[in-house]
Amino acid sequence: MRNSIGREVPESARGYGKIDSFKGAFATPPDMKRYAPKVKTILPSDNKLFDCLEAVFKAIPVTDGMTLGFHHHLRNGDGVVNQVLAVAAKLGLKNLTVALSSVFPVHEPLIDYVKQGVVSHLDTNYLSGPVARAVSEGLFPNPVVMRTHGGRARAIECGQLHIDVAFVAAPAADEYGNVNGVCGPAACGSLGYAMPDGEYADIVVAVTDHLEPYPLSPVSISQTRVDYVVKIESIGDPKGIVSGTTKVTKDPVALKIAESAAKVIEALDFIKDGFSFQTGAGGASLAAAAFVKQMMEDKGVKGSFALGGITGFMVKMLEEGLFQKIIDVQGFDLEAVHSIATNPNHLEISAGGYASSFNKGCAVNKLDVVILGATEIDTDFNVNVVTGSDGVIMGGSGGHSDAAAGAKVTIIVANLVRGRLPIIVDKVLTVTTPGETIDVLVTERGLAVNPCRSDLKEILVAKGLPVKEIGELKAKAEQIAGIPKKITTNDKIVALVEYRDGTIIDVVRKVEG
Amino acid sequence: MIVLRRSLLFLPGNNPGMLQNGGVFGADGVILDLEDAVAPTQKDAARLLVTQALQTVDYENVEKIVRVNPLDTFGTVDIPVIVACQPDALLIPKVESADDVLAVVKLIEKSEKIPDSVKIIALLETPKGIAEAYSIAKAHPRLVALALGAEDYTAGLGSKRTKEGGEIYSARMQVINSAAAAGIQSIDTPFTDANDPVGLMADTELAKSLGFKGKLSINPRQIDVIHSVFNPTATDIEWATRVVAAIEKAKAEGSGVVSMNGKMIDAPIVSRAETILLLAERLGLVRREVR
Repeated sequence: MRNSIGREVPESARGYGKIDSFKGAFATPPDMKRYAPKVKTILPSDNKLFDCLEAVFKAIPVTDGMTLGFHHHLRNGDGVVNQVLAVAAKLGLKNLTVALSSVFPVHEPLIDYVKQGVVSHLDTNYLSGPVARAVSEGLFPNPVVMRTHGGRARAIECGQLHIDVAFVAAPAADEYGNVNGVCGPAACGSLGYAMPDGEYADIVVAVTDHLEPYPLSPVSISQTRVDYVVKIESIGDPKGIVSGTTKVTKDPVALKIAESAAKVIEALDFIKDGFSFQTGAGGASLAAAAFVKQMMEDKGVKGSFALGGITGFMVKMLEEGLFQKIIDVQGFDLEAVHSIATNPNHLEISAGGYASSFNKGCAVNKLDVVILGATEIDTDFNVNVVTGSDGVIMGGSGGHSDAAAGAKVTIIVANLVRGRLPIIVDKVLTVTTPGETIDVLVTERGLAVNPCRSDLKEILVAKGLPVKEIGELKAKAEQIAGIPKKITTNDKIVALVEYRDGTIIDVVRKVEG
Repeated sequence: MIVLRRSLLFLPGNNPGMLQNGGVFGADGVILDLEDAVAPTQKDAARLLVTQALQTVDYENVEKIVRVNPLDTFGTVDIPVIVACQPDALLIPKVESADDVLAVVKLIEKSEKIPDSVKIIALLETPKGIAEAYSIAKAHPRLVALALGAEDYTAGLGSKRTKEGGEIYSARMQVINSAAAAGIQSIDTPFTDANDPVGLMADTELAKSLGFKGKLSINPRQIDVIHSVFNPTATDIEWATRVVAAIEKAKAEGSGVVSMNGKMIDAPIVSRAETILLLAERLGLVRREVR
């Protein structure tokens, strides 16, 4: 069947069940009750602390076919997923589902566990590295489910993603199961993405390499929800936790795009008291933040809050009084970790509170402006951040679709030509974020405004910004780089791209050849 | 029509990315550089790349200038190949005499497809070049501007180059005065610290106050600062508007003497006011009623 943006999606998929097709960004209201995990008790004398993962596997017990939940706050430094799956393999378990909020290159061993039949299904919001490529090549017997950060929280809260056992990598824990992300050698800051798992999984296991005396504080996931605490030697490599993309770029084209994006924000009269803002940690997005910061300083503006993945740059803005609060679902560097641990105005938020569309209001709804990237954008403003120019999976929505839907104005920043390919196409290979939630595209050769935002277009034209039709920019890109050859895919669906409301917005097919 | 040369941005001739994107930074002109940015062993590759860029990259309204090598190195090889690709102008380094200009003109004429289309900007960057500034400035009608290259010049003097620029004051005035006397533009030396926008602002303000019409630039990040100095300010525009209004009022009243705030407005003032308004209109800073 075709969904409302013309994408062919199946009626159902193995391992997923019946498919509800995408009907519009806000067109599918919820019709269910919240999932409720079992009520439990333990005796005052009971012990939660184990010294090896295998013992916990046996105590639970973990059995064939279960869904194991993991978070990605340790990013490419994560050591927990691989250690847990090694135990599962050793114990001869089969057909497990891995529900890991994002997959990084460090998770390469997952490929072998799939080949051995230990793992048969993957549920995630973002895929990079060897696993991403293997998924595109048809590694999994069933399609991988790709959600948004808010969508994963929603799926867990609504019982659509049922987690049997959550293995929560815990930078710090006490022996009774209180957990935080701000202490210990693998401190990562906010534990926002682990909170739905902590709240809704049948069994919650805190896996830590840093035990503190009871009671630990602050508490991100509470003892009242944690069944077991496992002390292991190391939960990960701190060097891999810090993201490599937290420096402002020096690339002149990226700077030009960033400055133009900031000028759009200024022209739309957002640079005033109460301003709220989200941007990614990539070079150009961060550079846009730098230009916005300068404008706020020049005008003496006191913003309201910065949201999302937090870097030292945002922390500095908080400390200088440019924002009153930071709402942090994930920290990208040590400055963010230090700040959330020490600054009462730096708030930790759960993935659901950050971005789930099925609750009484998530934080992205309060955003004035979000700046996001794109690997491709089409003339209907649909954005792809899942597949690359070769059709192979190289990312995922993460919070892209969530923030785009929530913010008053969503700006996409992208080089018009990247890697010798035009960024604007007639139809993106994979729709991640629907065009109706994208407002302005900013490139180094001008901007384009979504036709359904003629109000914005009028203002930007009146302020003298270089507004063009998106078709005009596309023609310019093709004049520079030519028209790229179409990617050929076959019929095998390797991933379902789920929109934040649980409908399927698109699928990823296996790449030919 | 005056060609605006507030900013001329150097693009390394051996950097395909910069050559392709050089037009997007808002500079009035780009200088595709075959000289200092390119090592001697890479001159031929850069020459090939720049000819391709001239023929395929759409720089839209940005003036396309190529800095060729001096005639005594690779210049005689560069000029015929480059001119055949129809740049708007050549920037000739180390010009020291009117004869240098004439030699370049000769080479251009041999390969030019449209007669008199390729202009020349002379880069004066030696003590001798500065001493000969006026004779260079009036050497040939193709010459549209003199530019100052202060790094080589101060090396030639044996003086230390400073941000304050006391050591190049006299050379700056020589270039400005010679260009003005010959009725062409003068372009200031680049500010070489790309990470010092405050210093750039001060240096550009000084250049403008001395009489330069534009500034060379070595980094796209410098363009906006340079333009902010060379663009007419709101005060300039307001003053120029009042001058023009006073003239029109006097004309309407049939009065021969025009005055504003008790001061007489003479021809140079009128000309300055009109230039400011023209520039402001071109840059979209004001919209004048069509009369």
